[in-house]
Amino acid sequence: MVKIGVSASLGGLVLIATLAIPTHKLRAQSPDSAQSAPDSISQSALSTSAPALPAAPSGVEAVDNPNDRGGSISVSWEKSPEDNGAALITGYLVRRSKSSTGEFIVVGEATQGAMSITDNQTTDGSDYYYSVTAFLETAGSDGKKSRLESVASAAGPARSSAQWFNSDRGICLIFALFISAAILYFIRSAKSGKAVYVRKIAGLEAVDEAVGRATEMGKKVLFVPGIQDMNDVQTIAGVAILGRVAELAAQYDTKLEAPMNKAMVMVTARETMKEAYTRAGRPDSYSDNQCYFVTEDQFGYAAAVDGIIMRDKPATIFYMGSFFAESLILSETGNAAGAIQIAGTAQPSQLPFFVAACDYTLIGEELFAASAYMSREPRQLGSLKGQDVGKAIFLALILIGVTLATVSGLSDSALWDVRQFLLVN
Amino acid sequence: MAHTIALIILALLGVSLFYVVYQTIVGRPVERRIVFAYIGLAVSLPLFLKMTPPVSVTTDVQNLADELAKLPAGSRILCAYDYDPPSAPELQPMAVAFTKYAMRHDLKLICMGLWPVGPQQATMALEESLADPEIAAKGLVYGVDYVNLGFQSGQQFVIQSMGSEFKRMFPKDDRGSFYDSIPMLNNVVNFSNVDFVMNFSSGFPGTVEWVQIAVDRFGVKLGAGNTAVQAPQVYPYVRSGQLVGLLGGMSGAAEFEKASAEPGRASTFILSQMFGHAIIILFVVIGNTAYFKAGRRSTGGKS
Amino acid sequence: MRREIPLIITTVAGLVFAVSYFIPHWPFGEAESIFGDWISIVQAFAIWLGVLSLVKVSLEKVSRQPHERPYALVTIITLVGTIVAGLWAGIAGLGQTPMVSFRDTAAFSWIYEYLYTSLTSTMFSILAFFVASAAYRAFRARNFEATLLLIAGFFVMGGRVPLFDLALGSVTGVDTSIFSDFADWIMNYPNSAGQRAIMIGIALGIMSSSLRVILGIERSHIGGES
Repeated sequence: MVKIGVSASLGGLVLIATLAIPTHKLRAQSPDSAQSAPDSISQSALSTSAPALPAAPSGVEAVDNPNDRGGSISVSWEKSPEDNGAALITGYLVRRSKSSTGEFIVVGEATQGAMSITDNQTTDGSDYYYSVTAFLETAGSDGKKSRLESVASAAGPARSSAQWFNSDRGICLIFALFISAAILYFIRSAKSGKAVYVRKIAGLEAVDEAVGRATEMGKKVLFVPGIQDMNDVQTIAGVAILGRVAELAAQYDTKLEAPMNKAMVMVTARETMKEAYTRAGRPDSYSDNQCYFVTEDQFGYAAAVDGIIMRDKPATIFYMGSFFAESLILSETGNAAGAIQIAGTAQPSQLPFFVAACDYTLIGEELFAASAYMSREPRQLGSLKGQDVGKAIFLALILIGVTLATVSGLSDSALWDVRQFLLVN
Repeated sequence: MAHTIALIILALLGVSLFYVVYQTIVGRPVERRIVFAYIGLAVSLPLFLKMTPPVSVTTDVQNLADELAKLPAGSRILCAYDYDPPSAPELQPMAVAFTKYAMRHDLKLICMGLWPVGPQQATMALEESLADPEIAAKGLVYGVDYVNLGFQSGQQFVIQSMGSEFKRMFPKDDRGSFYDSIPMLNNVVNFSNVDFVMNFSSGFPGTVEWVQIAVDRFGVKLGAGNTAVQAPQVYPYVRSGQLVGLLGGMSGAAEFEKASAEPGRASTFILSQMFGHAIIILFVVIGNTAYFKAGRRSTGGKS
Repeated sequence: MRREIPLIITTVAGLVFAVSYFIPHWPFGEAESIFGDWISIVQAFAIWLGVLSLVKVSLEKVSRQPHERPYALVTIITLVGTIVAGLWAGIAGLGQTPMVSFRDTAAFSWIYEYLYTSLTSTMFSILAFFVASAAYRAFRARNFEATLLLIAGFFVMGGRVPLFDLALGSVTGVDTSIFSDFADWIMNYPNSAGQRAIMIGIALGIMSSSLRVILGIERSHIGGES
């Protein structure tokens, strides 16, 4: 990282733009030539009646952009003294060259009031020199725009490079490592035989009863795994629950149908269902037609599932995954069809709809806990406990932060200024 | 004539609610289709009244308008249209008001979409804005004053890649012109070369992803317009300062039209929403009245 | 190896993604965008599997399930019709100068404007009706929390539109925004606090789930337990 802090013209770099003509119109360097043609270091004669150039910016600095993958340099400057909202400055032009005496090319333009730009077109390891000028854009009587530029202020050399660690995310890394360590510790602890208590989750306790209801009524179970793809953790959680539900359905010989919104989810869900039926000892009962693709369109999918619900009147419907606006459409239709409905999603905006329309709702992380809860596998249960440690840490931090912020707000003393204790500006 | 008929029907609806109240209280809740009829009429009839109720601009909307006012002429705004036709009634009015404001104040618009039909919504907003007489007189030129980069698949990964280079995600614009051939995109490499980002969103990918990636990783100044359902989820980002302002739903659109002095459709549509809310509140009150009359049973929640 | 290879791929990909968040230097900084490109490619190919599945299931419904036949026929006809329209318009557009995308042709625009837009808007509009029927049926003050929620909802619904303000103004004769301000306060403070709490819980749940997937404890994405 190379930091430069001098504001001065580089030798020989002066940009002139005016020649007075008899009608006293300004004929400055045209914007097109300023932007498209490389600016050469040149000097031309000044008319004795040339208008004053805008005041130049100062304090130009060029530094490597921190915490990035290289290829960018941040150029900053102090505003021109005339950049005070009085429309004497239109903006700033930033030029770059590979040598202090070489050709400077415009690499960026900033509006008035701006004090920095980032040049993202650098090659790591090469030296770059920058100059910044303030300009005033005016329109002549012919409507053609022209620019009057200040003397340049320069800086250099600066060199870009990639960083091996993003220091802005240091705190994030510490928390991530700590919580991961807690989760791993409790997984190990659970594996060694230590009992893990998990509170009762009504929605998951009702799964057995719900599938049993469908069996008694001779109707099908419908499973909707949300409308996101397999890269969403909610969908993974939903498909995990599908596996448990499929195993139950296979044991009870109940028809299970799972229409899919995403093709990749369909492929995964088929594998899961097939395995579940095999585990239940009923591999022949499974058919790929039970799990099929409908459409990727949100409301097309909602319409299709609504149609299945209204025509087939399933006894039980599961909504487990990521949902959006279609959540209420599906759950109200299911309610109208008289089905028992169990929903689970980590979309906060859809939770109220499911709570209103469904018999049981898994809220947020209860969905992620479902797989562990239903399998009762020690390692999975242990991870839930580790999650709780994370929650305890955040609870403690929130309490401390709120207390400090309250005291700071009530007190004039800088001693209690929260910013002293937190890593924020 | 239509105005009068609409008023009469609305008055009759109000009177007929007594029937609903009576039926519900005596333990015979009305069928859901009757509820549907009420809400359908309550929302559609006000469209014939052509009234514009007064709106007061809330803080979050005003903050967004103030941030826009600070942008000098020539500032570049990246505008992401992340919604589709179903959400257009709420989001298109705010998108049009925003686009008109930008064009009227010589702010350069770089439009794009993370949803497949987002760029089409952008085109509709641009065309409607350009049809405004005052804006038309400016003679704005595509590629110089505004551009539509189109859609790119990849959802949040597109935002991530735009942090490095816009051209990588949008080698051509929506009309097929190469990125480098578009005059206003000279020296626009990534987020650091735009002055403001505005996102209109109704789901995923949307404002949450823009905050998590563009704001948190690349430090952009972001404003957002969301549907009323999504807005509650986004308010924490406004409080934390990650969003400079938020337009929430139809009411947010109407408030923005007032704050930016760009009258539009939201200011009249809000009347339908008012009647819709009124009907829902009445049904909730009726239902709870019957519930309390029947004797409150503490069954607890089921979640 | 049928299970081990996917597990290894999952573990490696998960760790690379996690590390690339903290290390911007090549190759980690590029990992997210490279993987993102691969995901897009795989998704695009997977759609073919989905379409074939849809056609197969629909044809079976047409031949064996009389009560499903009309709906399955509509599905097949619209699927084939849209593909034909796009192909025909796209091929014709290729020959024009400048080339015209199939999206900009009359046939596809017609399908988009008069079929797709109308149908999706209709489905979305159904929400308004369902919200009303859900509110009438289910919003009850069963306990303290539900009562609190109802009251908050009452003020937010009345404050987010100029309903209560206008009503109060017409009674008192004074313009007021007290209900809008109160609704704004509810959204910005109690609502934000609740949303943040849910978000923190969800983030921890995602972290725990992701660790289970990376470590191979959770195997539902590869078909579940063997």
